[in-house]
Amino acid sequence: MNYKKVFSTLGMMLVALSALLVLPIIVAIVYRETALWGFVTVAGCSLCVGGLMTVFFRTDNQVIYAKEGFAITALSWLVLSAVGALPFYITGEIPSYIDALFETVSGFTTTGASIVTEVMAMSRSCLFWRSFTHWVGGMGVLVFVMAIIPNLSDRSIHLMRAEMPGPIVGKLVPKAKDTAKILYIIYIVMTAVEVIFLLAGGMSLFDSLVHSFGTAGTGGFGIKADSIGGYSPYIQWVITIFMFLFGINFNLYYLILIKKFKSVFKSSELWCYVAIVATSTAAITANIFKMCNGFGEALRLAAFQVSSIITTTGYTTTDFNLWPTLSKAILLILMFIGGCAGSTAGGLKVSRVIILGKAMGKEIRQMLRPRSVNTVKFEGKQIEDSTLRNCTTYFSLYMLCFVVLFLLLCAIENYDFETNFMAVSACFNNVGPGFGAVGPTSNFDGYSDVSTLALTFAMLLGRLEIFPLIITLSPSTWTKR
Amino acid sequence: MRIIIVGCGKIGTTIIDSLVKEGHDVVAIDDNNDVVTEVSNIYDIMCVCGNGADSEILSEAGVDKAEMFVAVAGSDELNMLSCFIAKKMGAKKTVARIRNPEYNGSSLEFLRSQLSISSAINPEKLCAQELYNILRLPGAAKIETFSNRKFEMIELKLKTDSKLDGLSLIEMRKKYQGQYLVSAVKREDKVFIPDGNFVLRGGDKVGIMATATEAQKLFKMLGILQKQARSVIILGGSKTAFYLAKRLLAGGHDVKIIEKNRQRCEEISNALPGAVVICGDGAQQELLLEEGLSRSDAFVALTGMDEENILISIFASSQNVPKVISKVSRIELLSMAENLGLECTVSPRLIISDVISTYARALKNSMGSNVETLYKLMDGAAEALEFKVQSDFKYIGIPLRDMDLKKNTLIAGIIRGKKIIIPSGSDTIEAGDRVVVLAAGQRLHDLSDIIR
Repeated sequence: MNYKKVFSTLGMMLVALSALLVLPIIVAIVYRETALWGFVTVAGCSLCVGGLMTVFFRTDNQVIYAKEGFAITALSWLVLSAVGALPFYITGEIPSYIDALFETVSGFTTTGASIVTEVMAMSRSCLFWRSFTHWVGGMGVLVFVMAIIPNLSDRSIHLMRAEMPGPIVGKLVPKAKDTAKILYIIYIVMTAVEVIFLLAGGMSLFDSLVHSFGTAGTGGFGIKADSIGGYSPYIQWVITIFMFLFGINFNLYYLILIKKFKSVFKSSELWCYVAIVATSTAAITANIFKMCNGFGEALRLAAFQVSSIITTTGYTTTDFNLWPTLSKAILLILMFIGGCAGSTAGGLKVSRVIILGKAMGKEIRQMLRPRSVNTVKFEGKQIEDSTLRNCTTYFSLYMLCFVVLFLLLCAIENYDFETNFMAVSACFNNVGPGFGAVGPTSNFDGYSDVSTLALTFAMLLGRLEIFPLIITLSPSTWTKR
Repeated sequence: MRIIIVGCGKIGTTIIDSLVKEGHDVVAIDDNNDVVTEVSNIYDIMCVCGNGADSEILSEAGVDKAEMFVAVAGSDELNMLSCFIAKKMGAKKTVARIRNPEYNGSSLEFLRSQLSISSAINPEKLCAQELYNILRLPGAAKIETFSNRKFEMIELKLKTDSKLDGLSLIEMRKKYQGQYLVSAVKREDKVFIPDGNFVLRGGDKVGIMATATEAQKLFKMLGILQKQARSVIILGGSKTAFYLAKRLLAGGHDVKIIEKNRQRCEEISNALPGAVVICGDGAQQELLLEEGLSRSDAFVALTGMDEENILISIFASSQNVPKVISKVSRIELLSMAENLGLECTVSPRLIISDVISTYARALKNSMGSNVETLYKLMDGAAEALEFKVQSDFKYIGIPLRDMDLKKNTLIAGIIRGKKIIIPSGSDTIEAGDRVVVLAAGQRLHDLSDIIR
């Protein structure tokens, strides 16, 4: 283990965090809020500590292997969450540190689950920071660090692989740094376009920014008690479309940029994603038609909720807790499927679901004719056995983590089955709101500290796709043998 | 600059390594998925898995934007075909590895022009060329010629009892007068560009700039073996051995080739009637002695096994053969071979990757910077660059001693028309000159980069 490189990268990340904190500081100055000093203190401390760490652990040994990649990623996210939670705690807007941590992790992992009961009472700068964590966490903190820091490492592909969601992580251009830059440029431009559309719909600048951050990161922190419900249908449609767009693999946007439209249309993951969204929307529209005032509203509500849940954003325009069971079941399944690989969405990812389905078919064919040779094809390419194994292992681990967390919650909480089940799936899949007592109109305030920590961990597991955290927490990673 | 490499074998990865260090955007293509994964883990490059002659794969690799396309896969035919397709699809320059002697004869020019391949490289032939240069002046470990052989950089490993041991460069200049310049010293793994107070020590690898005749004079003064190797024993009948033997025979040397495989022996004997071909196992010391190892002037180990080459070379050195050269392909083993006392090794992979990165550098220069040619020296740790002086260069006419040069750079030679100047402090640079600059540990793009 290259300890020095691991810790110096952590240091760089803290410096980057302090740079990111400048934005809420500006907001606090603009609105003349006292929360300013909380942000300034945290930014200053993280700059000093991070700077010292980079200097102290400076090393010429730039070589990192997969192990270091996982460790750097997992530790970065832990440290980032721990430090990012401090402003809420110091300003006293969230009195309990554990709650503040939950809120911050919920932000960075783009979950959008909240323990804040009175959102409207929070200061603007804190609300801004809360939503901004979505934006940063969506594309990835290390990808951000990679894009701005020169010569991180020749082997930074390991970092990218550990942080970017999806079964196969490729580069867009030969250099990892350039890839990170391109991804962030696409991300920034798309966010800016959304802000413009929202402004055009009569939303204030602050609200547009906050909601665009939430959409771009597929996070879902609202700043109103009824999330997006109070805004005009135009704004709801804009957010629906952008949620859908941010759930698509960013590589496809790059392909559009370099005018390779053919490859975009050939992407089976994209078509699958579009098909899932379209059918789910149609089914739910039909299912809730009677409850709404006309087709237009039914379609709008269904499309919004479907986009919001499949991309694991978690904005709501209505209390879908009151919807018929079929609609709720569809939403639950969408929660687990999640968006495309290489997007900012959570969940299992469409591509992984496709690969798992195909692998299943392959195994069944193999049982039928033991001597037959079968391969799995995806996006026109044969999927290697190692990738298949990785997918199935991931799925098993995913279920295992889910079961353990669910049991834990059931053991220590008084909530009913539905609430606990939905709390775990909403956090683990980085969605945010669930059904029952954690539905769109309520929040996670009622859970005890232990459960809050468990759910915090669940969100991190879900965002980093389990492996980095498990590997970093296992002692054999850190021993010399 | 975007460069596409087809084939991630031994040579391919060595090329990727040097191109990535130069900062190029490299895309690698190989049909073995494991190899592709491994390479993409180690280097910051993009990898595509597939056949390098498949137009779909090539377009995925972005061949239309590639400034340079290098095909170094295992088969010559695949290399030529992929270069042909790449060129048609928009790659600017194509380089193919063509190693088969049949293609390297008179048909090479035809193939190159018909398939519009910009450059064909043949590792074995280049390796043989380098070996031949060394055998020409056996006192040196390596010779690099500049500006159409007008002057040379000679790498020389100092023995512990060398006359230069303990001498500073000023003292050396007083004692052995002549037109030469000690321009680089490699001690352990560090390369220095020395100043006058630098004290040489036994074991140093010294780079000396001089014209060919001056170099001969200096070698004579130092008492280092200087006659050409007349009789050479070559171990192994590889392609490199064939090319080397051909060159040596043409130069009037006595050549003896020892090869295990009878069929190969017959092929060589058929193609090179002048050579003595022995069929036998070169690892047997008895056989080597019987074939007159201890009486020969030079021994070159060119079998396919690095380990065998190193061990047999050690034996040959112990028999007091004046010049022993071993071919070491695996770069990791080079420094070990040096530690074991083998002062002279060649590595075909390094030679190729030098050629390619030099080519890439030259290509880049045609797009902005001013380097005319580039040479890698001291196992790649230092570079010599040739610049043409433009009339707007700020230091024209100013004596070198008044110029404030950066650390670890040196003006090693000035070529003015037909005159070659090994510069001292009073010399000046004039417009139209060509200047050879040495630099260690930095990349220069323009002549003015050397001034602090």
